[in-house]
Amino acid sequence: MDYMLNEDLLAIKEICVEIGEKHILPIRAELDEENKFPREIMDVIAASDLFTIYIPEEYGGTGMGSMALAVATEELSRYCGGIAVSYAANALGAMPILLMGSEAQKKKYLPQLASGEKLCAFALTESEAGSDAGGVKTRAIKDGDHYILNGTKQWITNGGEAQIYTVIALTDPDRGARGASAFIVEEGTPGFSYGKKEDKMGIRASATRELIFEDCRIPAENLISREGFGFMVAMKTLDNSRPGVAAQAVGIAQGALDEALKYAEQRKQFGVKINSFQGLQFMLADMGTQIEAARALTYAAAGLIDTGSKDIVKVSAMAKVFASDVAMKVTIDAVQILGGYGYMREYPVEKMMRDAKITQIYEGTNQIQRSVIAKAMIKEAKRK
Amino acid sequence: MKFVVAVKQVPDTAEVRIDPERGTLIRDGVPSIMNPFDTYALEEAMKWRDELGGAVTVITMGPPQAESVLREAISMGADDAILISDRAFAGADTWATSHTLAAAVNELGDVDAVFFGKQAIDGDTAQTGPSVAASLDWPQITFVGKVRELSSKFITAERYVETGTQVVQAELPVVLTILKDANVPRVPSLRGKMKSRKAQIPVWGLSDLGLTGDETGLNGSPTKVVVTATPDPRTGGQIHQGSAEELASKLADLLLEEGGTS
Repeated sequence: MDYMLNEDLLAIKEICVEIGEKHILPIRAELDEENKFPREIMDVIAASDLFTIYIPEEYGGTGMGSMALAVATEELSRYCGGIAVSYAANALGAMPILLMGSEAQKKKYLPQLASGEKLCAFALTESEAGSDAGGVKTRAIKDGDHYILNGTKQWITNGGEAQIYTVIALTDPDRGARGASAFIVEEGTPGFSYGKKEDKMGIRASATRELIFEDCRIPAENLISREGFGFMVAMKTLDNSRPGVAAQAVGIAQGALDEALKYAEQRKQFGVKINSFQGLQFMLADMGTQIEAARALTYAAAGLIDTGSKDIVKVSAMAKVFASDVAMKVTIDAVQILGGYGYMREYPVEKMMRDAKITQIYEGTNQIQRSVIAKAMIKEAKRK
Repeated sequence: MKFVVAVKQVPDTAEVRIDPERGTLIRDGVPSIMNPFDTYALEEAMKWRDELGGAVTVITMGPPQAESVLREAISMGADDAILISDRAFAGADTWATSHTLAAAVNELGDVDAVFFGKQAIDGDTAQTGPSVAASLDWPQITFVGKVRELSSKFITAERYVETGTQVVQAELPVVLTILKDANVPRVPSLRGKMKSRKAQIPVWGLSDLGLTGDETGLNGSPTKVVVTATPDPRTGGQIHQGSAEELASKLADLLLEEGGTS
């Protein structure tokens, strides 16, 4: 379907296709197999200016916004969900600075992120704080003009690969979620180290790692916004980034559908192409329709964010939940259409199915999304 | 440094079919692309510009629509571009093309090096680069797989030829033809694409280059295409079966029968 994308968005798409065809396709299976971070592809992405699109022009970006980020993430995800999330997690990590950072913080960090000179990551999750982000245990204690961090963050995308981290920690544990604050922590800060790198089911090209803080002293000026605003920073960040996960899901699903269509055209059984069978045609039709609906909702959410609307919570969650459920279903069906070949590592669809699963889980499970959606709907209904 | 890259717009040969009746290319609906070998020439020039400073100017001779490959080159990082286009240039063979391109290089002035792809995938002649060097009376290094050193005075490059690698040094200005071994061309950048959309691309015609109609296009081309033909497809062949010894002796007999010498 033609979404009447403007010239800039079409240019982003073309760049991603070129990166995908020339740089990702040849090595995606190897990165998946070896659990290997795509450092050299991040360099290509940096050189092609894709890290600039979510950063305003005054900080070295091209300031194209959420829709542009969604288009880039979707297009890269068609080739590899793991590489795409390694890219998009930079936007997630930068979001707290973009949304709530001081002028000095923006001036210091955003240009390095726009150029791709440094990578970024967002650190909220802990072993006991997943869906219940209020369960964060990492402490930040003020000590003169420093904060001292102690605790462990878990499952941090781009962990160990990024140089700049936005970290949520408690400054006032007695106040629960209202006692959380957001900080910028740079790689190399004494007391900051990396724990184990996870061995994952999918998106294996992406790095997922523990961040360990042991009496890690950071300058007080690295506090984002004010003490006690950490939970709000985190929630705002996720509201803005969810269309990115939706876009990743749409891209993975599209990649799987493309493979299924290609295979169904080539594969013959009973003397005819298998795409002539109605049972298979109905599957393809549903896959295509669901993807288009997911894409339309994703673009609508991203487009709404770009208008500056504050009313993005519900539609962001809807896009994320719908697109990720579609990605799971479509990739399972793609494996089914490729049959025995689909189950083999030699063909890319089983990887896409493994990659799709995480989109239902991370940046807020789909169960959490549904409760966010319902709460927003109930609130709206009361207002009427 | 002032570098020039000469590129050519060609039909995407992966998509081209041959009309079996007429023996000509079916170009309808075939996308036009930058000659793939030229992307290595462009990358090499940009690589050395990034290292030494200066600018990369991309030129192409062709019809008005050839401008699109120049915009593509700018999106990849070229500084500017010139379209060499005039009805009087149409139908040029490699000699007339080289004569015209050489005039454009002279018009640009103070050029340190002209980079070509090793050949174009449509004509496959590999003549234009060397012929431009001859027209300019500059040294040329063809089939360059690696540029070892480039300074304001000299270039040292490796030529990959059938017999091995030749290391050649030349004084600037120089003409190079580049192999795909030389580099990995960069992906276009978003800023490059934004710049390429807005770029003003001057068009240079016959009078701009100080040439006459006798030296260019069909009139200036000593080569005449008499006929284009498709070779007959191979037919038949024989299949023999037997042990290795039997087959070897049978093959030797057949070769002798076909008029081989013993």
